[in-house]
Formats: sequence, C-alpha cells, structure tokens
Amino acid sequence: MTPPPIVLRVKQKRIAELVSSGKRLDGRELTDYREIQVETGVIERAEGSARVRLGKTEVMAGIKIETGTPFPDVPNQGVLTVNAELVPLASPTFEPGPPNENAVELARIVDRGIRESKAIELEKLCVEPGKKVFIVFVDVYVLNHDGNLIDASAMAALAALLNTKMFNYEVEGGEVKIKPGYTPLPIRNHPIPVTFAKINGKLILDPWLEEEQVMDARLTMTLDKDGKICAIQKGGYGYFTTQQILEAANIAREKTEELRKIVVKG
Amino acid sequence: MPLFYEKRQLVTPGDLLAEDNYITGDNTYEDNGKIYASRVGLVDYEARKVHVVALKAFYVPYVGDTVIGKIIEVTTGGWIVDINAPYFAMLRASDVIDRPFKPETSDLPSIFDVGDLIIAKVVAYDRTRDPLLTVREPGLGKIMRGQLIEITPTKIPRVIGRKGSMVSMIKRETGCQITIGQNGLILVSGKTAEDERLAVMALHKIEEESHTSGLTDRVTEMLRKKKEGVEHV
Amino acid sequence: MSKRKTKKKKLDTLQKKPEKLIDKDDIRLDGRKLNELRPVKIEVGVLGNADGSAYIEQGKNKILAAVYGPKEVHPRHLALPDRAVLRCRYHMAPFSVDERKSPAPSRREVELSKVIREALEPSIFVEYYPRTSIDIFIEVLQADGGTRCAGITTASLALADAGIPMRNLVAACAAGKVEGHLVLDLMDTEDKVGEADVPLALMPNLNAITLLQMDGSLTIEEFEKVINLALEGCKQLYTLQKEALKSKYVVAKEDAEE
Repeated sequence: MTPPPIVLRVKQKRIAELVSSGKRLDGRELTDYREIQVETGVIERAEGSARVRLGKTEVMAGIKIETGTPFPDVPNQGVLTVNAELVPLASPTFEPGPPNENAVELARIVDRGIRESKAIELEKLCVEPGKKVFIVFVDVYVLNHDGNLIDASAMAALAALLNTKMFNYEVEGGEVKIKPGYTPLPIRNHPIPVTFAKINGKLILDPWLEEEQVMDARLTMTLDKDGKICAIQKGGYGYFTTQQILEAANIAREKTEELRKIVVKG
Repeated sequence: MPLFYEKRQLVTPGDLLAEDNYITGDNTYEDNGKIYASRVGLVDYEARKVHVVALKAFYVPYVGDTVIGKIIEVTTGGWIVDINAPYFAMLRASDVIDRPFKPETSDLPSIFDVGDLIIAKVVAYDRTRDPLLTVREPGLGKIMRGQLIEITPTKIPRVIGRKGSMVSMIKRETGCQITIGQNGLILVSGKTAEDERLAVMALHKIEEESHTSGLTDRVTEMLRKKKEGVEHV
Repeated sequence: MSKRKTKKKKLDTLQKKPEKLIDKDDIRLDGRKLNELRPVKIEVGVLGNADGSAYIEQGKNKILAAVYGPKEVHPRHLALPDRAVLRCRYHMAPFSVDERKSPAPSRREVELSKVIREALEPSIFVEYYPRTSIDIFIEVLQADGGTRCAGITTASLALADAGIPMRNLVAACAAGKVEGHLVLDLMDTEDKVGEADVPLALMPNLNAITLLQMDGSLTIEEFEKVINLALEGCKQLYTLQKEALKSKYVVAKEDAEE
C-alpha cells in the first residue's frame, strides 16, 4: 500500500489563505474551471470514445456494445454498465489491482448521472424481450490524475456516448445479424456533474490535486439538460451546511450549462 | 578518429561516443574499449574525457549539497525526509538537539512535523545506506513560507548562472527571495503572489530552454515585458 | 441498490475471414509491401505525473507507457540489496479490442508483463540503484497485433524520458509468415490467420536480442529469414525512437534561438 502523499504544510496554509480571499494558487476564481479539451472518436475500434483534458487531468472513455440477457425486472431494456480504472500510470498513488473504493465510487457516480437522467434510451436497445438485449459498456480510463476525476470522467463518458455508433442489425432465428451501416446510440439527455471542494468554509469548483489533498469535503451534483438534479454525492471526512448545499445547487445550475455546451459540441 | 560526435550534439542512450583510450565521464559507460552515452543529452569532450550533460535526470545525493526536503515521517530517533531522490534521507534528532535526548520526553514533532519543509545539507551518503542530512549550519532549518517548484536537477547550474548571475537577475527583477536546492527544488518567496508567479515563470523558462544560448537576456526581457503588462492593467 | 449480474454473450459479427490477405502483387490488406512497417507516430513526455512517459501509434495500435522510479520499494522486503527491482505491467483497456475485454489481468497479460520486463531489463543499469524499484506501466488503448513489441518500443522511450541510465534503447518488432510469404510487422488479422509470428526485441548498438518468441511453424531456413526481417524492422524503429527523443529538445532550441 503506498502511503497517501503528504502535502506541504506551507502549501496547505497558502491554499487556505488564498481561498479565504477569494483566489486560488493558479490564479483562478473560486468557481472557475481549468481549461477543458474534449476529443471524440479517439479509439476507432471502440463503438464510441472520447478523451477529456481538464487542466492536466486526463481521462479516456471507451464504449463497447455487446449482446446479453436483460435483468429479469426490466426484460425490455438494454443494460448500462460503467466501470472505472485508476490505472497505475496515472498517479504514483494508484496501485495495480482490482478497482478500489475510489475507483468503484467514481464509476458509480458516473453511472448514476447517466442512469437517473435516463440519458440512454434503453428501451430501444431490446432485441428480444426477456431474452436478448444490448449491453452498453462504459469504461472510464484515468490517464493522468491532477484532481477532479469525477467531472472529467463523467464528461468523457458523456462525450463518448454521444460519439457512439451502433451497427445496424436484424434478428434472424433469435440471433443478431449485423447489417451494413450505423446509427448513433439513442441519447435523450446530457447529464453533467460539477464538483465542489470545501476549503476554509468556502466552496470552490473543480479542485486540482493539491486542493483535493487539503479540502475538508467534496460535493458533486449532476444536473440534466433541463436543469434538474439527477445525482448527488458527498465525499470526504468533513461536512456541509444546508446553506452551502443550496448555494452549490444554484452555482451548479449555471455551471453545468456552460460545461454541457463544451461537451455536447466537442 | 575515435570521436564520433561534435561538441554539444544531442545523443541518446547507446550512441557510440568515442573509442580507443578515452575516459568515461558523467552519463557515459564503457564496454570493450568503446564509450557510449547512457542518457539523453549533449555530448562534450574535455581532453580525453567524454561526458554527456543530461537533459533530464533525477537527483542523486552528493555530500555537501544543499537540498530542500519534505518531512514525511517522524521516528523515535529523528525524521525521514523526502529529497526528491531515489532514496529518502534521514535527519537525526541528535543533529538538532544538543543535549542527549530521551525519546519519551523529547517532542520531535514540535521541532519538525510531517509536512514541514526544510533546507538541509547532505553530510553522508554511500550506496549501502540512505543519505544523512544536517540542519546545523546557518541558513538551514525549517522553511516558513514561500512557493516550491521542482525542475530537473541537471538544470540547476543554469538557474544559478555563471557566478550566480542568472538567479541574481531574477531576484532583482521580481523582488523575490529564491532558495535553490541542488536536488531540483527551488523555493520562491515574494511580497505578492504576482511577484512569485513571475519568478516561477522565469524558472520554468530556464528549465525548458537551458540548452540554448542567450538565455539570460531572453529571461530578463520576458520578465520586464510581463511586469510592464501588469502595470498597465 | 441490489447487486445484479448480467450475462454477456459473444456477438455474432459480420467479420468473416477475408478471402486473401496478400494479393497477387504481394500487397497486403492495408496496402503495405511484405517488408514494410506500419506507419508510426511517436511522442515522448506525454503524461504529467509519471517520471517518464511515451506514446506510440503503429498502424491501429495505440499504446501508452509510463515509468515511475527509481524510488524506495514498498513493501521493504521486496527490495534487493545490490540492484533495483524492475516491475512491469502490460495491460489492455477493455475497449482496446473488438470484443470488450474484462479489465482483470488475463493469463496472456501476465505472461507478456514478464517477457516485456525481461526484454527491457538488460538495457537498464539496475545495479546503480540498489534497494529501489523501477515501475513500468504499459496500457494498450487500441490493439491491432504486435502490441507487446510496440509496448517495448514505447516503454524504452519512457525509461529514457525518466532519465534512467541505459545501455541502449530497446526496439521491438515482429515478423512472420502469412499465406506462404515472409512478412514484417503483422497486424491482428495476419497474426490470427498466418502460419507463424515471431516477436523480437533488440538493443541495436549492442546487437543484443532481448525478446524472442514464436507461435506457429517454420523451417529453420525460413526462421533465419524471418529473424532478419524482424531485425530490419527493429532498426527502422530505433531511428524513429531517437528522432522522437531528440525532437522534444530540438524544437525548443530552434524556437528559443529565433
């Protein structure tokens, strides 16, 4: 087990002091995001893919579509499954091995946003009710960890889903036969999360790595394209007051719209 | 002619630099009378010695070096310090506390605690054990404020400049205090965050362009231009 | 939320075997000649956190390599008293292949991690850093045959980028036999359908072969020709590796001195 990195005391003080006066170490305002770059179709072999750079954080998402059996309680729906890998090359603190609690939490937060906003029209992914449906595999691959993996991963997942092309097919004797041509994966919503960190009683958006190491707690809110909240996750050892949570929700409404434009266009 | 490259040419590991009676210098190795590069860098020859000025290399401790380090653990006998080298360094309690100390009554964390930044000197190092530090000399000890940046250690001489010319210039132009560790860590402490950011920009520029000429002038110009820009706002 | 599982079945694909992989003019499916390397693009120093990194695109292969170290070994009992421990992990992303691959390491990945480590180890001066570890990570983002070789080529650059002293870069390439022809740098379909595949890694200046494997069936004469083909491929890749390492610094130098 690699011990967690130790933050310099001098730096901790500096970050906290700056935040109190409304600034951050890299010159950003409290609610500014770092520069975002979205690239889609980076892995041609996958049905869909995207790479998001949020400052120096880099996350890749790949979409694969396979057939399988539906869940018994929703026999007419396709299946969504999200997995996240914190691969060791992304950070000295990531170890090889099965997903640890951070990787699992990351995957489930990304999953929740997509699932609860009903972003994918799963009803359209049914081949034979009760027997055969399409499974959409969303694989989030973190390539460089410089803070705020949640927002970067969710944006990458959404961009990859929007980039996804499904092969045309027909059902012959209960088996799926692929025909030429593609159609885009049916997507009806665009969930976008924003993640806040609490430092010295103040809320800041898009914490980078050192701010994350210093924060009391984090709060992620995922909103859909109509501005409705579809997922929330609080993380870390600290706490938030009701006022802070509502303040966050209001900031989230505007911010998610800004981010959505970047992801959906790019 | 046993020399295969010109001075200051860029070489990569395994490039044959010389043969027949040359001696190996930094970042080279010898095999069967032939001398090869072991790192990416600029080759140079001095009399019959061949060496490579590495463009990128991590810090390896050297006795006498001044280093900046981070306390990562307090033990019963002292502290373990991260000096950005393949090995952690040790600072013994006896180096700081004069009278013989008892672990039960001494409060080591009150002297240096985990997360503190210190300037120290390497007093002992060999390959069988971790490097040993001292903070006894004047100018060494805990750092209370400032921004820390990290550059590749091979560029430190360039940051210092001939007779300290480069670093003195940056201090003048930005009004910042600059403490340089041989291990590639540099502490910048200024009156405002803006001043510090200027100094940090200058240091990164030196790191990127260290292998070029006319650097001191270009850095000076960049700093002056940036300062003017800020004043006009 | 209750835990659920769903069964995944192999997709019936339209991918029937192509009629011929090599046509009557000795041109391959992707337009290459028999002894031609796939187009290669290399970049060094692409990741922020790693001590050294590199990225390669070779045909449809997309591979990222990163190096951390030398650093103290955790747990301590794994350290060696007289040299650095080398650890290597070759891993494929789930979306890197046609049929989604589970992220858990397969037996193939375990074997490849070992042979790749053994291909790189002779090039590193591990005896300079006792009691430390040097960790190498290779992530295949997209695969199209020959990934262990491309992984070695990239990892070697990542090691150089990390400033780790080496005897030589290591370049790797496979050659083999497809439809009776001896070919260089097999892609996935050629490897699956062909008669033999021989991956090879080389330290070019020292003429040392550090990886050699074979799948298939070849006469000894054919084998010798195949090895020579692979060596040729390695030498071409070595030139590209050196260019990639140098270009990082040359560009900065030119810009700066303008």
